[in-house]
Amino acid sequence: MASRERTWIMKSIGSIRAALALFFISVGPIFAEEAIPVRNCTFCHGPSAQGFATAPRLAGQRSEYIENQLSGFARHIRDNPYSKLYMWNAAANLSLQTAHDLAAYFSAVPPQPANDGSKDLVASGKEIFELGIPTANVAACIVCHAPSAEGVREIPRLGGLSSSYVKRRLEQWNEGFHGSAGPMPRVARSLSATQIDALASYLSFVDTKSSQP
Amino acid sequence: MRVVVLKSCLQSAIVVLALSGIGHAEERSKGAVPKQVIEDKFNYCQTCHGVAAQGFRGYFIMPRLAGQQPQYIENQLNAFMELRRLNPVMRNVTHGLTHAMIKPLAAHFASLNPPPYGGAPKESVSLGKSIFDTGLPEANVPACSACHGPDGKGQRQIPRLAGQLYWYVIKALGSWDKERGQGSIKDISAIMSPTAHNLTPSQVSAIAAYVSNLR
Repeated sequence: MASRERTWIMKSIGSIRAALALFFISVGPIFAEEAIPVRNCTFCHGPSAQGFATAPRLAGQRSEYIENQLSGFARHIRDNPYSKLYMWNAAANLSLQTAHDLAAYFSAVPPQPANDGSKDLVASGKEIFELGIPTANVAACIVCHAPSAEGVREIPRLGGLSSSYVKRRLEQWNEGFHGSAGPMPRVARSLSATQIDALASYLSFVDTKSSQP
Repeated sequence: MRVVVLKSCLQSAIVVLALSGIGHAEERSKGAVPKQVIEDKFNYCQTCHGVAAQGFRGYFIMPRLAGQQPQYIENQLNAFMELRRLNPVMRNVTHGLTHAMIKPLAAHFASLNPPPYGGAPKESVSLGKSIFDTGLPEANVPACSACHGPDGKGQRQIPRLAGQLYWYVIKALGSWDKERGQGSIKDISAIMSPTAHNLTPSQVSAIAAYVSNLR
């Protein structure tokens, strides 16, 4: 008699669970992050999108820039080694709408500076960033990236990015890898290794409070 | 006459002497600047002004230099150097320039002819065209075409406007006296000052939209 009752109770609970599951599926996701596949990104880019190891910070990045990069990965234009290894696959099946939504989501996450450069290179890096080196035909980064390194429209925010990431990107353009668009390969070709180190170090400490998406 | 000529020679000599102290190892003699130096400097200009010098809209606005009147470019580079035109970015750029580089550099841009950068709003283009062609007599604004040419290509020291970036034209007309004609010497840029003052912001936007599309 008791076992039959248990079975009846378990069956009820089972069907309540099924009912609940059906209810939630039909209602839709409860949290914004579940509506778009953010977890596919934060798996490598860090739970708060601040970056992790080789994957750069996405938090606070300009949304147009993120969309352009996702497009560049999907079309195999951005061809440096880690892009090929990871991002080509990650971006392959993204619809334009999802890419747009992901970009909007990450651009709204407040960025934290990486602070991982060499402190003794900051002064020279700041000088190159703000003035360039006119006698060596190196342009000043601020004219496109803004004095606060926050970027504008599709030009990326550089402030607070990990120094190892910035250094690698500048080196890769120097080595002939392609960018998604824009003048950066050409700009990087004018930079020496010392100048790249200085710039990357300086930028890792730049903490731009103003976050205009 | 002779005093004026002597005075400007002296001024040029002083400027050249002053600039030569800022690390220009290449410019030791009074001869022509080596071709490679000009090429490298031209590449430097392209970094900001674009591969075909079509201009670029970054955080700051780098104007189109393609097809620009050489004499106008020369005048502006000299003005940046001598602080008659105040622009911190270009002033810094001229720290890497000597007077001898200016003429050959300016000549490089004349033959470039990329399509316009674009991006201007379309609604006010026809108003811009009418101001460009016939001016605003009641506001004391002459027709732009009278000096800049009906095709906006300019002549001698009067700049080409055709294909110039929309946002750059707005910035230029909006801040004319703040940037140009600085210092004790009243230079030729003063000629645009009344016109810049007499235009309203929406008229400036219309003119900018119109010229930005001209080829």
